[in-house]
Amino acid sequence: MNFTLQIWRQDRPGDSGRYETIEAHEIDAEASFLEMLDQVNERLIAQGSRAVAFDSDCREGICGACSLTIDGLPHGPQQVTTCQTYMRDFRDGQTIRVEPFRNNAFPVMRDLVTDRGALDRIIQSGGYISTSTGPQPEPNAMPVSPEVQTTAMDAAICIGCGACVAACPNGAAMLFTGAKVTHLNSLPQGQAERGDRVRSMVHQMDAEGFGGCTNFGECSLACPQEISIDVIGTLNREYRKAVRDEKKASKKMVAQ
Amino acid sequence: MSSTFTLDAKIPAGPIEGKWNSWLDAHRLVGPRNRASHTVIVVGTGLAGASAAASLAAQGYRVKSFCFQDSARRAHSIAAQGGINAAKDYANEGDSIRRLFVDTIRGGDFRAREANVWRLAELSANIVDQAVAQGVPFNREYGGQLATRSFGGVLVQRTFYSRGQTGQQLLLGAYSALQHQVASGNAKIYNRHEMLDVVTVDGEARGIIARNLVTGELERHAADAVVLASGGYTNVYYLSTNAMNSNVTAAWRAHKRGALMANPCYTQIHPTCIPQSGEYQSKLTLMSESLRNDGRVWVPRRGRDSRPPAQIPEAERYYFLEERYPAFGNLVPRDVASRAAKIVCDEGLGVGGTGRGVYLDFRDAIDTVGRATVQGKYGNLFDMYHRITAEDPYETPMMIYPAPHYAMGGLWVDYELQTTIDGLFAVGEANFSDHGANRLGASAMMQCLADGYFIVPHTVTNHIARRGGIVDDRHEAFERTEQEVQDRIARLINVNGTTAPQVIHRELGNVMLDKCGMSRTAEGLTEAIERIHQIRDEFWNDVRVDGRADELNQSLELAGRVADFIELAEVMCLDALKREESAGGHFREEHQTPDGEALRDDDRFASVTAWEYGGEGGMPVAHEEPLEFENVKLATRSYK
Ligand SMILES: Cc1cc2nc3c(=O)[nH]c(=O)nc-3n(C[C@H](O)[C@H](O)[C@H](O)COP(=O)(O)OP(=O)(O)OC[C@H]3O[C@@H](n4cnc5c(N)ncnc54)[C@H](O)[C@@H]3O)c2cc1C
Ligand code: SF4
Ligand code: FES
Repeated sequence: MNFTLQIWRQDRPGDSGRYETIEAHEIDAEASFLEMLDQVNERLIAQGSRAVAFDSDCREGICGACSLTIDGLPHGPQQVTTCQTYMRDFRDGQTIRVEPFRNNAFPVMRDLVTDRGALDRIIQSGGYISTSTGPQPEPNAMPVSPEVQTTAMDAAICIGCGACVAACPNGAAMLFTGAKVTHLNSLPQGQAERGDRVRSMVHQMDAEGFGGCTNFGECSLACPQEISIDVIGTLNREYRKAVRDEKKASKKMVAQ
Repeated sequence: MSSTFTLDAKIPAGPIEGKWNSWLDAHRLVGPRNRASHTVIVVGTGLAGASAAASLAAQGYRVKSFCFQDSARRAHSIAAQGGINAAKDYANEGDSIRRLFVDTIRGGDFRAREANVWRLAELSANIVDQAVAQGVPFNREYGGQLATRSFGGVLVQRTFYSRGQTGQQLLLGAYSALQHQVASGNAKIYNRHEMLDVVTVDGEARGIIARNLVTGELERHAADAVVLASGGYTNVYYLSTNAMNSNVTAAWRAHKRGALMANPCYTQIHPTCIPQSGEYQSKLTLMSESLRNDGRVWVPRRGRDSRPPAQIPEAERYYFLEERYPAFGNLVPRDVASRAAKIVCDEGLGVGGTGRGVYLDFRDAIDTVGRATVQGKYGNLFDMYHRITAEDPYETPMMIYPAPHYAMGGLWVDYELQTTIDGLFAVGEANFSDHGANRLGASAMMQCLADGYFIVPHTVTNHIARRGGIVDDRHEAFERTEQEVQDRIARLINVNGTTAPQVIHRELGNVMLDKCGMSRTAEGLTEAIERIHQIRDEFWNDVRVDGRADELNQSLELAGRVADFIELAEVMCLDALKREESAGGHFREEHQTPDGEALRDDDRFASVTAWEYGGEGGMPVAHEEPLEFENVKLATRSYK
């Protein structure tokens, strides 16, 4: 198959970038999108040109590194990661626009490579259970029903790719944050820090410059892990409750 | 080059059950208030690195954690699927620490160190407890208890799992523990940083040189101790199940500074992967081994049988694992299953376009337990297979073929997980410690987390208490090492040839897979070494690195890694040549039983071979660590 690529090129953070047209000839339909780019790069290097930089690692949809916007869609036309997008999903001769994930909170480092450190900082602000290494209780002493496990797991499978942010017209990180809050807050182990967790994660989300949710629902449609938009409902509920509880608690402190 | 040291594994005296406790009782401590004045560098944020960094930071040390990905959460460990072993005996089958120990020693074909393996089995239960406390959502039974299943090479159900994403969940547990320490100020993560050298002063590790992958700047980082958790080297084969960027550079640089490389020829070729389909392919995808619990492996009895698999009657199907190994059937260890698949394909019975594939069939499982149950267990794996191959495994058998997967070999470490460089530790897949010549399923994650959560935090403490002390990063050793790294980068760029580094990597991989893969011969290995020399010359005469050193430059990163793979490949072949026996994943065609099973030579080779760097252009020097088997009797493995 043959394709014409219009690829975003940018030399360093902060530079003004440009689109470059690159031909991708004789590509196997069974090649993945990234394997197509590998071949393009191999040829560019042999010609003495500069290869296109992009992130990827596992190439099987689990690490969350790959992050291309293909024809305006984060990860491309199917609801899978970029690395699981295959050229058989495109038309022979098609012109394809290839850009990095677009969001102010994800600055471009070079070409198609962005900095998604803001997502790590949201986790740092409370996306964990505060326990350190050492003797722990016997797990079966704290049963978790398969239903709760399923709710937690359905959210915990988020790969942190940021496609939800890139897809959102407001650039919100609610699906990502909601997934982590749903995972931890639904488990018995996560109860002690339930309120603090959601409060600080939401504050961090705002501090990073992510937008707010106005229910477009694009995030969930772009999410390769099919994280349900319900996690945003959970996030909002948990947040409202946490803010109420905090107010009550501070009143009690004053009263004492 | 003559050798200057003997290998001392520092195994504590006394009965095997008490060794670790007696070590813990006697090791030196660092007072809680002093810990903040000590820095520990941990290279790698996979299961081993993230758990080590989080645990050391929680103890109160200042931890600097490094990874080359854009986020610590993306380390290769995230891709592990099937599960993690622990001797908890929840299934009431009489499982025990001893049984896990014996299975691991036997599975490793009697080429692992007993004391380390016992400790691993002993710590296994704590790992699951730790993970649950962090919120890892393991699968549960109806009553809310943890669920378990069985994995290749064992007869008990001791494998804990989170659907088919156990590695992801365990890694996110360790990653979140590490992020907790970042929030508390004890740890700092240097993502998009690549360690390019270890700095040693008077033979002790005192820090590293790392390249900031965004700006290209070289940075000096000083520490009291350095822990390498940089993963395995299976990408020496180019195509493997590992993440594309996994590489040997951190370990190899340490090797060149004096850390010995142990058993590099022990690599694992995993039996259940999706076969290669084209030249452009960038990686091979593993289908979890857990599929062998319900899937039956077969090929048509007649070669190049063109009928669709469903139309081939029972009598014309060759269930070769079940026939050859009636006791374990489809659940034989990986090395046995892989070689059996290779043999039937060599005999011309293979299926698929290339003839290098066998069927993994769920028809009978779906008939007996129903589609829903099969879907519940393997749904995401079936979907993944469908996505990649555009074939539906509920309707037609999967096609699988072995692929390079795991490195049992790695940096030699003693009982304290310390390399032959004082103050330099190696954990996880980067070390050689526990799996001997073959690793059993669901035990890599167990080893990574035992090393990271429960072993290295104590052995690093012991080191700091005895020898700690930081050297200023303006020390002459930092100056000199940084200059050497700089020169090497300049050398890579200055070749200015015409071939992309990935092209040369592919050539290397083909040679290694062919000559130093599932089966090996003296002749083939000798040829391989010659080819590797040619590839090395081609690399240094014709590689092309586009772009500059002072910017984000992925070709430069890759070129550096490929150069190290080329050097490693030669030592792998030398090691495979030297080991004139077959053991686990190392199969020498000259050494097999009449019915084609691996034939060990315990009189000559019940030992670890650890290679010392021979200097630029020099020959590496082999050292031996004899292995004693006092708790399991040396015996021929039999899965029949
Ligand atoms: C597809 C697949 C499925 C698997 N399934 C299972 C399973 O079910 N059960 C099981 O027990 N095991 C399984 N394994 C094996 C297991 O996943 C690995 O052995 C294990 O995750 C290795 O972890 P690690 O921490 O040693 O290294 P890795 O996870 O490989 O991490 C290496 C880290 O080191 C960093 N690094 C490397 N070099 C440098 C450098 N020079 N500078 C800076 N940072 C560096 C990387 O950035 C990364 O953070 C599987 C493996 C694969 C490939
Ligand atoms: S919620 Fe989905 S789209 Fe968003 S980061 Fe997680 S996996 Fe990616
Ligand atoms: S490369 Fe890992 S998800 Fe795509």
